[in-house]
Amino acid sequence: MSALAAQESPTASGTSRVLDVQGLDVRLGRFHLLHDVSFTIDRGERVGLIGESGSGKSLTSLALLGLLPEDARIGGSVRLAGVGYDLVGARERDLAQVRGRDVAMVFQEPMTALNPTMRVGDQVAEAITIHAGRSSRDGGARTDRAAVRTRTVELLDQVGLPNPADCARAYPHQLSGGQRQRVVLAIALANDPALLVCDEPTTALDVTVQARVLDLIVRGVAARDAAMLFITHDLSVVATVCERVLVMYGGRVVEAGPVEEVFRRPRHRYTQGLLAASDLDTAEPGGRLPTIRGSVPPAGAFPDGCVFRSRCDYATSECAVLPPWTGTDPGHGFACIHPAGEEAAR
Amino acid sequence: MLLQIVRRTAILLASLVVSSVLVFAFMVLLPGDPARVALGVNASESAVTQLRQEFGLDRPLVAQYLSWVSGLVRFDLGTSYVSRAEIAPQIVDRLQVTMWLVVCAMLLAVVIAVPFGTLMALRHRRPSGLALSALSQVGVAVPAFLAGILLITVFAVKLQWLPANGWTPPNENPTQFLRQLVLPVLSLGLVQGAVLTRYVRSAILDVQREDYIRTARAKGLGRARALRRHGFRNAAIPVVTVLALQLATLLIGAVVVERVFVIPGLGSLLLDQVSNRDLIFVQDVVMLLVFAVLVVNFVVDLLYLVIDPRLKVGAR
Repeated sequence: MSALAAQESPTASGTSRVLDVQGLDVRLGRFHLLHDVSFTIDRGERVGLIGESGSGKSLTSLALLGLLPEDARIGGSVRLAGVGYDLVGARERDLAQVRGRDVAMVFQEPMTALNPTMRVGDQVAEAITIHAGRSSRDGGARTDRAAVRTRTVELLDQVGLPNPADCARAYPHQLSGGQRQRVVLAIALANDPALLVCDEPTTALDVTVQARVLDLIVRGVAARDAAMLFITHDLSVVATVCERVLVMYGGRVVEAGPVEEVFRRPRHRYTQGLLAASDLDTAEPGGRLPTIRGSVPPAGAFPDGCVFRSRCDYATSECAVLPPWTGTDPGHGFACIHPAGEEAAR
Repeated sequence: MLLQIVRRTAILLASLVVSSVLVFAFMVLLPGDPARVALGVNASESAVTQLRQEFGLDRPLVAQYLSWVSGLVRFDLGTSYVSRAEIAPQIVDRLQVTMWLVVCAMLLAVVIAVPFGTLMALRHRRPSGLALSALSQVGVAVPAFLAGILLITVFAVKLQWLPANGWTPPNENPTQFLRQLVLPVLSLGLVQGAVLTRYVRSAILDVQREDYIRTARAKGLGRARALRRHGFRNAAIPVVTVLALQLATLLIGAVVVERVFVIPGLGSLLLDQVSNRDLIFVQDVVMLLVFAVLVVNFVVDLLYLVIDPRLKVGAR
């Protein structure tokens, strides 16, 4: 892998951008689910995407892979390094070639993400063979059955499965949740994708297994110098794994910036609430964590203007107008009229 | 795996014993004395007594049951109360005819259901899918005998393409055999196909929503390839179950369709013996049908083991 990383070392021109999402907008039926989502990820960069359930995180990830439902109406653009066309509006045939080769995904539920009637090794091998003919990197060498088998076992070994050759012959039900998630990771990493999207990959796992799987993901990504979008609602995971973070609520990015800055000095009131709800230091005397009042509204029921104003303690009538983005670029800033930290600044 | 097979075999044997008791009890509980029923109301008392002795109907019920069952095991089905002919050869003879009908109808149903059900699932929101869905709904509602009569009216009477009825053994005249087979198979198979199509459709729809299909697509498989390589085998599990149930329906449906098309199968034999009041014969045929259904279910249970690796406990 080190040889591969060297081969793909960043070029001097600075064109190491892997993903460029501009104004991504998704409507499904009468619901407007994603609004003007913009962000970029560079090679080797690890970006976290946080927010409560229902804030549009998973939808964003599916949009990046072109896996949204057929009847979804998608606007904006999604550009991926090495792919000559915009993924938004691309034909399904073209998208299929990109998926698994240039961008791959690790899903939330390892228990159901694998085909129960197919041997694990075959499922990994399939990921290799699908793109074998099209990959110019090593010609047709990968189509060779023995080579595919060797590579499969190699991948399973890389993700830390004991006796990888035996595991390859197992069916998913014979593996534990953590082992299955490793297999899913092996599938995702099979073609050394430029971008790995992880949708809460450790949420369904035992706490003891989470750290190990997380470590494997980070190592796999680092070895390939790949970019990573890491979706989670576990803020401590973002703090350990990611360099930058995007905070989503109501289908919008409400705040973005370096993890260090956003977590230390949140500006958006939603970010502030999220952090307070997971910060053990701010626990109330009774030992209870503060919560954000109310709950995430169902799709289509978010308020106009600032999406968070129905739950925000600082909301005023001004918040009925969509707050502008305050910041240098979409990757660094916030959208709040009454931001936190303002009091201290004055 | 072996344990599973042994378990399922045990279940099969137990069901056979229970069902044989039920069939026997049912025939005993029917009002009237089988000997008198067979000979008719005008028979003399002495003739009835003689028949009862001849067929052992005067013995205790348990003895009668045991001798019937021990006969079944040796495939000695006894002799008819009415014609006094051996029953087994007649059943074998008729069974061959019915098997042609049932197997061909089943194949037709599968050939119709798999592609159309899949198409309906893939296009379940588009007009073409909805039209197919409506068509299959009509097919479900039509009873086989009505389909038979309609087919005869159109293809035999109006267009005169095919014979309206009759049966020719395949080794006697293969062309005539096939020509006569078409309409009865269609009337049985089309209806079953329509029913099965709906099950295939919902199985495929369910499978499409599965996470592993999404994983397969995330790997780079197109929608259709993902479904073919990962969906079909999983979708087959519920479909095979329905298929087994349908085979039972087909056997029953054959009874009626054989009547409509004047085919000398097991169904017509059953109806003939019912009207002849030949109770032992009816009892044997019913038992055979029950046996067939149970065996089919047994085979399906074994098929599950092949399709679904999760059932092979301790296989690894």
